[in-house]
Amino acid sequence: MFASACGSDSDGGDSSSKGGDTTITWWHNSNNEPGKGYYEQVAKDFEADNPGVKVEITAMAHEDMVDKLAAAFQSGDMPDIYMERGGGELADHVEAGLVRDISDDAADEIAKIGGSVAGWQNDGKTYALPFSMGVVGFWYNTDLFEKAGITAPPTTMTELYDVIAKLKAADITPISVGAGDKWPAAHYWYYTALRSCSEDVLKGAVTSLDFSDPCFVKAGEVVEDLLKTEPFNPGFLSTPAQEGATSASGLLATGKVAMEMQGHWEPGVMQGLTDDGKGLGDKTAWFPFPAVEGGAGDPAAQLGGGDAWAVSEGAPDQAVDLVKYLLSDEVQIGFAENDMGLPTNPAASGSVKDPALAGLLEVRDAAPFIQLYFDTAFGQSVGGAMNDEIALLFAGKASPQDVVDATQTAADEAK
Amino acid sequence: MANEGAVSAAPAHAEVTRRATARRVTPRQEGPWRQRLEIALFVTPALTLMAVFVVWPIASAVRMSFYRWKGFGPMDDFVGWRNYDRVLHDQVFTDAIMHNFTIVILSILVQLPLGLAVALLLNRKIRFRGVLRTVVFVPYVLAEVIAGVVWFQLLQPESGVVDGIISGIGLTPPEQGFLGTPDLALWTVFVVLTWKYLGLAILLFMAGLQGVPDELYEAAQLDGATWWQTQRRIAIPLLGPTIRTWAFLSMIGSIQLFDMVWILTGGGPANATTTMATYLINQGTGRYNYGIAGAASVVLFVIGFVMALAYQTFVLRRDTQTEG
Repeated sequence: MFASACGSDSDGGDSSSKGGDTTITWWHNSNNEPGKGYYEQVAKDFEADNPGVKVEITAMAHEDMVDKLAAAFQSGDMPDIYMERGGGELADHVEAGLVRDISDDAADEIAKIGGSVAGWQNDGKTYALPFSMGVVGFWYNTDLFEKAGITAPPTTMTELYDVIAKLKAADITPISVGAGDKWPAAHYWYYTALRSCSEDVLKGAVTSLDFSDPCFVKAGEVVEDLLKTEPFNPGFLSTPAQEGATSASGLLATGKVAMEMQGHWEPGVMQGLTDDGKGLGDKTAWFPFPAVEGGAGDPAAQLGGGDAWAVSEGAPDQAVDLVKYLLSDEVQIGFAENDMGLPTNPAASGSVKDPALAGLLEVRDAAPFIQLYFDTAFGQSVGGAMNDEIALLFAGKASPQDVVDATQTAADEAK
Repeated sequence: MANEGAVSAAPAHAEVTRRATARRVTPRQEGPWRQRLEIALFVTPALTLMAVFVVWPIASAVRMSFYRWKGFGPMDDFVGWRNYDRVLHDQVFTDAIMHNFTIVILSILVQLPLGLAVALLLNRKIRFRGVLRTVVFVPYVLAEVIAGVVWFQLLQPESGVVDGIISGIGLTPPEQGFLGTPDLALWTVFVVLTWKYLGLAILLFMAGLQGVPDELYEAAQLDGATWWQTQRRIAIPLLGPTIRTWAFLSMIGSIQLFDMVWILTGGGPANATTTMATYLINQGTGRYNYGIAGAASVVLFVIGFVMALAYQTFVLRRDTQTEG
């Protein structure tokens, strides 16, 4: 696959020099139907509207795409259109001169998407257009909640502790977490930090990498309080996030636990982990992360992230046109109708059919701001150190202060 | 364990050198230039492969270790020895070295007597010997990843087979599971490794036992030696070279330990099973700290190289010299 991608790149260079014809290479990770076929159709429509342009798609599994992109970044032999996760990672790519600034070319689309685009901006310039954006929250099993006599999802941490106690009393494991993969555990700390710190402090921390505000220590203390209620599945320290029936998502999908905190992709992941391909089916429901009592953060703010189309430096102008087309009302509506993700173009919001996802979309759109996952926002180097230390906090081998110290040390080294 | 092949070639290499020396003594018809051309012709392909796949990667890892580099863009932020300083002062890495050496020592202490015992038993004429030999060797033939995934499922807390058996006989398995409890994880990994690699030890020891001449056993029998005395005085001492070679392979494998740990625990929980190899993968492809990963890999290389050299010099030299 990699060889063909390389070949197509040089084809693009050759043909664009030979008058008129341009080839655009496009990598994406919708390698299953209906997404794969939908994007092929989108490419055909674009070719029909733009004579002389050929779109060459490489659809691959997500992990493969990540590996191949890493190799492409190293060699500089990049596809014209690819996926960016934003934050510190994007900042590194910008610094290395790999991404094209599309602030002016796509000004209309940027205005339409609104606040969500912030994660893909650097120094006031926009480098990619998010096409799917979700928030993290608790996915739960309505049957098990009913069985434990829980009538409404919790809105504060105290209520969450109460729910945990009720579930345990009914002999149900309350929450699964894939702490073996670290990031699912880290999301708890991200959320308690989001609830404990004000927006200004967080925004400041992302740009200055200064974690001296006491709210970051408080975040760890809230996680410790949660851990004291022993809500997690046995063996959670080595549980993977989403591989197999014994993973955190698998446990929720098979009714072994009542809830799991995960991103908007959870229903799709659960479908893949059950034999009938339905996941939790009708029993799936969602509630946002509860408010932390006494925290300075806005309880309506959400933690999230998404995927954005970026154009590599040196790609033909038509690639930018294709990205703009991908964000158009038409394509985004089709994207939503095919359950490919959560569209960022407001015109497509009404087209999301799944009730749980539609509810999540409402929460996302009502959020005063969406904090990009900290590990993405800070970049791999700082984010990785932070996730490692949070995993240690979950294992009882690090204190809330240790998490802040380890993050600060990594940040100081990265500066 | 890609290196095992290269390493086991070492005695053979010595053999080749010896033969070459012997050949040089015999008078030759061709002039020296022709001989040199021949050598160059035959050696060039191998040298080229070696340069591209061995020397160049090592050189670029060494170069990488002196820079701060994120994996893309120009490598121009020279930091001198700072990456080494960080790696050697990172407790996660020093713990990883300890874990590697724990596995090295445990392997020899546990797998050697166990493997020897099984090999001696299977060397006797017992019923189902062929079947038993196969069974013992099966785990070693299994792909590492498959074995790892199977054990990972067996060791799942509560739902796993191992926990089922333990609670079946009335004991309480650890609450977080064998792989999820920091104090147990490394031992659990070691048990799985022993299961996996014991077959190799047994196979090598049995092959070594084939080399013990029957006359010695017969003579011992005539002298009235018991089976146990025969093993202790004849079989095991004559197995010396095989044991020393096996120990060498085991050491190198343990120092580079990666696959099984990566699948079973990923180095967790709480860094309890991190090895040097998982550390450098985590730093490199996980965190994009390629300079630090480079420094860690150079440290791993130096440790492995020094150990191999010392072992060759002080332990294996005896074998290679007396052989010829």
